[in-house]
Amino acid sequence: MRSGLVGEILQLSGEHLVLVAAAVGIAVAMGIPLGILMTRRPGLRAWLLGFANVMQTIPSLALFGFLIPIPFIGGIGPHTAILAMVFYALLPVLRNTLAGILSVDPAVRESAVAMGMTENQILREVELPLAARTILAGIRVAMVTTIGTAAIAAAIGAGGLGVFIFRGIASVDTAQILAGAIPAALMALLSDGVFSWIERKFSAA
Amino acid sequence: MDGALAPREHAAPRPLVALRDVSYEIGGRAILDRVSLEIAAGETLVLLGRSGSGKTTLLKLVNGLLLPTHGVVEVEGKPTTSWDPIRLKRSIGYVIQEVGLFPHFTIAQNVGLVPRLEGAEPAAIASRVRHLLTEVGLDPREFLSRYPRELSGGQRQRAGVARALAADPPLLLFDEPFGALDPITRLELQNQFLALRRSLCKTAIFVTHDVREALRLGTRIALLNRGRVEALAEPGEFVRSTSPEASAFLACLEEKEA
Repeated sequence: MRSGLVGEILQLSGEHLVLVAAAVGIAVAMGIPLGILMTRRPGLRAWLLGFANVMQTIPSLALFGFLIPIPFIGGIGPHTAILAMVFYALLPVLRNTLAGILSVDPAVRESAVAMGMTENQILREVELPLAARTILAGIRVAMVTTIGTAAIAAAIGAGGLGVFIFRGIASVDTAQILAGAIPAALMALLSDGVFSWIERKFSAA
Repeated sequence: MDGALAPREHAAPRPLVALRDVSYEIGGRAILDRVSLEIAAGETLVLLGRSGSGKTTLLKLVNGLLLPTHGVVEVEGKPTTSWDPIRLKRSIGYVIQEVGLFPHFTIAQNVGLVPRLEGAEPAAIASRVRHLLTEVGLDPREFLSRYPRELSGGQRQRAGVARALAADPPLLLFDEPFGALDPITRLELQNQFLALRRSLCKTAIFVTHDVREALRLGTRIALLNRGRVEALAEPGEFVRSTSPEASAFLACLEEKEA
């Protein structure tokens, strides 16, 4: 019985982590390039940020409701949950990429142009390194909040620690709820710690 | 005999930089208004003027950071609009007040930037950087691996000059490089500038609002006022200028001496 619970916690934590990693990974892969694009095309800025902001305000259960009937990308299961979580994780990554690059001293940027660096070289060698800490802080926020949101994924059969929580609520069993909530909280704290360590590494350089 | 009296057809060397009837407007406001200037190889032209007179804009027109809205800016006889913008900038050294250096690069990386972009060998870059730092009065052993924030204002400015010299460009642009320095350091760097000019024979355009600096460093001084060249003279002549703006600047000179 005991070992059964431990095994289940480990298994669901693993599922939880996979959901979070996939969602944050996709959000980063989309958010950083889109953030860079927004610094180059101010016209896009309001649209993309507006979109990400609106996504943030939709309650996650409602978002699942919208996504389930959509063919291919919707339906029941992990991929729908991951898609919804990507929408939530996108805003901090997008916003911090934009803010990080825009906060690079214009004089430094201009001096890079005056030295004859190409746009590409300026991005890779000047803007991204100088914005790295801010971008990393955005990923950290995305990571920690996604670990929390991922609990709701169980509502559409995507697994993860939410399974414990929903089961616990349904059967009014506090132990079950805690079996889901405590590992999720630990996971959030751990990832926060890892990111703050990476950020310190960056600032030391 | 006639030949000696007739105006001689000088095979005048082509000017390194020429501005022909150049205007630069932004939002309908003329920052520069029909400026014509020629800068010959080897001279140091100082652009003197108050803030907003258009001197920095003129500098940026020379290396193609800005393109004229009217007229032509020629560098080595070729309009800046037909230069490859990257090539043009890499063949002109640029020194900016205070923040030109990249904060996340060491001094060695900062100074070696343009040679590296040009694909020079790492060993060649390293020896070039050492040589240049020595030349501007920074001990390479001490400064190579430091970051700009670990340097004093004067040391940063020296590193900035070294960076501008790195690709050995024939033309150097200085945008109020010594403006933020204390008077003693400024004097040291001005002397360094004169020494470098003697040893390297570079052409320079130097922007300042300090009339003393202009008189010390310039072989010619162009006084800019509201986007126009109000006076253009060698320092000896310039002190006798009577135009209102020139008198205003020369008055600061007397103010200090009094």
